[in-house]
Amino acid sequence: MATTMLKYEEKELKVVGSRPVRPDGVDRVTGRARFGADVNLPGQIYGKVLRSPHAHARIRSIDTAAAEALPGVKAVVTRDDLAEMPTEYIAVGEMVINFRDLTRNVMAREKALYDGHPVVAVAAISEAIARKAVKLIKVDYEVLPHVIDVADAMAPDAPLLHEDQFTQGVEPRPDRPSNIAKRMAFETGDLEKGFAKADLVIERVFTTKPVHQGYIEPHSSIATCSEDGQVELWTATQGHFVIRAQCARLLNMDISKIKVMATELGGGFGGKNNVYLEPLVIMLSKKTNRPVKMTMTREEEFRASGPGSGGRIRVKMGATRDGRIVAADAQIDLQAGAFAGSPLPQATMSAFTRYDLENVRVVGHDVTVNRPKVAAYRAPGAPNAAFGVESVIDEMAGKLGLDPIDMRLKNAAREGCKTYYGVTFGPIGFIETLQRAKAHPHYSAPLKPNQGRGVASGFWFNIGFDTTSSLNVNEDGTVALTVGTVEVAGGHRASLAMMVAEEFGVDVDKVRISTGDTSQLGFNFVTAGSRGTFAGGMVAVMAAREAIGKLKERAAMVWKVAPEAVVWEDGHARPASTNVGDFEPLSIGEIARTANKTGGPIAGHAEANVSGAGPGFGTQIVDVEVDRATGLVHIVRHTVIQDAGKAIHPAYVEGQFQGGAAQGIGWALNEEYIYDEDGRLLNPGFLDYRVPVASDLPRIDTDIVEVPNPNHPYGVRGVGEVPIVPPLAAIANAIHSATGIRFTELPMSPPKVLKAIGANTDA
Amino acid sequence: MARQHVTLTVNGDEVDFLCETDQTLLSALRDELQLTGTKEGCGTGDCGACSVMLEGRLVCSCLTLAVEAAGKTVDTIEGMAHGEALHPLQTKFLEHAALQCGICTPGFLIAARALLERNPDPTETEVRYWLAGNLCRCTGYHKIVEAVLDAAAEMRGN
Repeated sequence: MATTMLKYEEKELKVVGSRPVRPDGVDRVTGRARFGADVNLPGQIYGKVLRSPHAHARIRSIDTAAAEALPGVKAVVTRDDLAEMPTEYIAVGEMVINFRDLTRNVMAREKALYDGHPVVAVAAISEAIARKAVKLIKVDYEVLPHVIDVADAMAPDAPLLHEDQFTQGVEPRPDRPSNIAKRMAFETGDLEKGFAKADLVIERVFTTKPVHQGYIEPHSSIATCSEDGQVELWTATQGHFVIRAQCARLLNMDISKIKVMATELGGGFGGKNNVYLEPLVIMLSKKTNRPVKMTMTREEEFRASGPGSGGRIRVKMGATRDGRIVAADAQIDLQAGAFAGSPLPQATMSAFTRYDLENVRVVGHDVTVNRPKVAAYRAPGAPNAAFGVESVIDEMAGKLGLDPIDMRLKNAAREGCKTYYGVTFGPIGFIETLQRAKAHPHYSAPLKPNQGRGVASGFWFNIGFDTTSSLNVNEDGTVALTVGTVEVAGGHRASLAMMVAEEFGVDVDKVRISTGDTSQLGFNFVTAGSRGTFAGGMVAVMAAREAIGKLKERAAMVWKVAPEAVVWEDGHARPASTNVGDFEPLSIGEIARTANKTGGPIAGHAEANVSGAGPGFGTQIVDVEVDRATGLVHIVRHTVIQDAGKAIHPAYVEGQFQGGAAQGIGWALNEEYIYDEDGRLLNPGFLDYRVPVASDLPRIDTDIVEVPNPNHPYGVRGVGEVPIVPPLAAIANAIHSATGIRFTELPMSPPKVLKAIGANTDA
Repeated sequence: MARQHVTLTVNGDEVDFLCETDQTLLSALRDELQLTGTKEGCGTGDCGACSVMLEGRLVCSCLTLAVEAAGKTVDTIEGMAHGEALHPLQTKFLEHAALQCGICTPGFLIAARALLERNPDPTETEVRYWLAGNLCRCTGYHKIVEAVLDAAAEMRGN
């Protein structure tokens, strides 16, 4: 029987909504927190990966003899050590991955498909020897023509990555293989009729670049495998249960043989949902029976992990004179990287979702190119699509002489609106974000010369999925809460501890929260898709309520009354009414201290496939100043307004808004991969791949809207994904307002802006 | 290759280690002295996660050779709190929620302390430019800058 989800109840709150210091904070400001690379084990040796220098090459042969003969080298792993995998799809984060591809991404088999693709892994007694050993390996490559960009890869005569890849979603099945892995389409209403009604039709083509998640902590894993085949793995990941599942499948092991400990995570943003090093350290440890540690360099991160998908987005929209959108059409072609599986479903389904539209068509293609396999990146796919759609809406509003917020209000989705992919919205806060944006002092503040203001909105689905939690009432009445979701960013543990403290009616510092390893709890899906506080909170509250039920039973036992005659208030069991009897309330501590006399230790636990995630909506206002001499676009003011459902710890909700906006600013203005003509990445480092620094950004103001999600006991919606969605278009719209130039290609970096200003002035 | 014996003062304690001639100070702190609070984010001096003080000067320990620290003083995040008392910057980072994942936090704290030692009353712009060598991908810097300005005010006795 499916577990019943807890519903929202409005009540007076003591802990939820306050701003306590997070329980895992002190460890983080003192250097005590143990991240991936901080874990060391006695007797450990070090792994290193040899990576392909070619974007596309057949691997004729691999000769590891000289490396194996080097003193200090303990083991070598090649493609021969990994089993062939069938085509088998599993959910990974918000994405789906095929084990045939996953094993090939962990280590190249027939071909190397991108610069940086792993080819051999070595373990040696020192990192220096491992590095030297890698250089002694001889790989015979047959270099093949390659393709980097999505439009080129879709051409019929493009170099082909996978000879056995036939476009899915096309009838009849194509007779020739293609780089187009999949076609998706959504259609509702009558597009032609819609466009016929339009007074204004605008069609534009936009391009976005793949961008790296840019977490500051590189991937790091350490595994130890004993002679009886038991594996312990410490790894920096957003989902240790999913890592365990992937390793077990790839290495043909029982899940019970692998125990995974999630270390503290130094940023993920979707980029740490999948295995990279984990199967390699396990295999190397299996061969040596010594702990094997491996950490990526920053260059390896750029060449072989992430990025988020980039692509080409064609948007055509029609509106009547009063600003009502009557037809909306888009084609979204996304780079998947070397293996199929871009966030195409999310991009196509989110493109127009936040508007109540009758006539919609969205078509999309998932396209393989000779780049690293894309990973999720904060609201994967949505920023690409929104860049196009929110830019076209801005242009339409301008041409119709309407305020861009009014135009959005005229079309905004509200409760009861059915999306073109089939879901009907419950209570949502989109309109509230638009109304608050319009009323915000930022929106009416005067602008200086060369400054412009832009607005854009964003949407994200948010998710639930498998989540578990276990809770023990300690002998003194304090609470130990164990969760299987990962502290992916600030405040996850704080938020869960706060909800549990609220339930028990105790101070938040009476709740000690720990991340459980994979042997302590049932399966947890990756902490992604903005589900941590929603789904983790749901099961933590369920576990707390189970334990509270037992506490009430124990009090009833002491008072010799029926359990229904006891209520729980402010950390105490009390008689439900004076009719029950005249009993002094029993505190959680009093009940816990005598628990051995009333039946033993008191605990609660919950396992659920959590459903009912509340969709998230946000609107952002951005002011830019364009330097006409250099082309530099400076963000001078930025405001994020977003529906959080309920902000459990408002400071960390604000932090999500600010951090997401900053990532969107980087995507809009600076971040891109630069490949040479041979398909080699030229900027695999933070010097040349420029993420925003403190002096690039202004203060980022926040305004939290709270329209409770009815399907969560505290009304929580995910908040992490939405804030990266609006900035791309908001900044483009602001640059248009400042210069009259509409950019359709990212990043809007100084050389491009300068060139466009020059062309505009000359004209 | 003979390893080098290096004696130095770390967080007030005289310590020593053996290192390779090409080993970085970052690696020596983390791997020889087990002081893992100093982080490696890039290894090329671009992210600031490995910031430490060498003879009172802010450096990237990933760009400093371990042997260069011989006979010198090094201050790391592990020495920032005194007993039970956190440094005001540490307290303000916690109060302002100026950290999310926390991997960059040790570097930011060391860099921010270096700023306030030379300029106890910085403007917001001065804070932003001083900290421009430290990358944070989580916060958008807003709360970090707030925390540094608030700590500066408190340390000045305001």
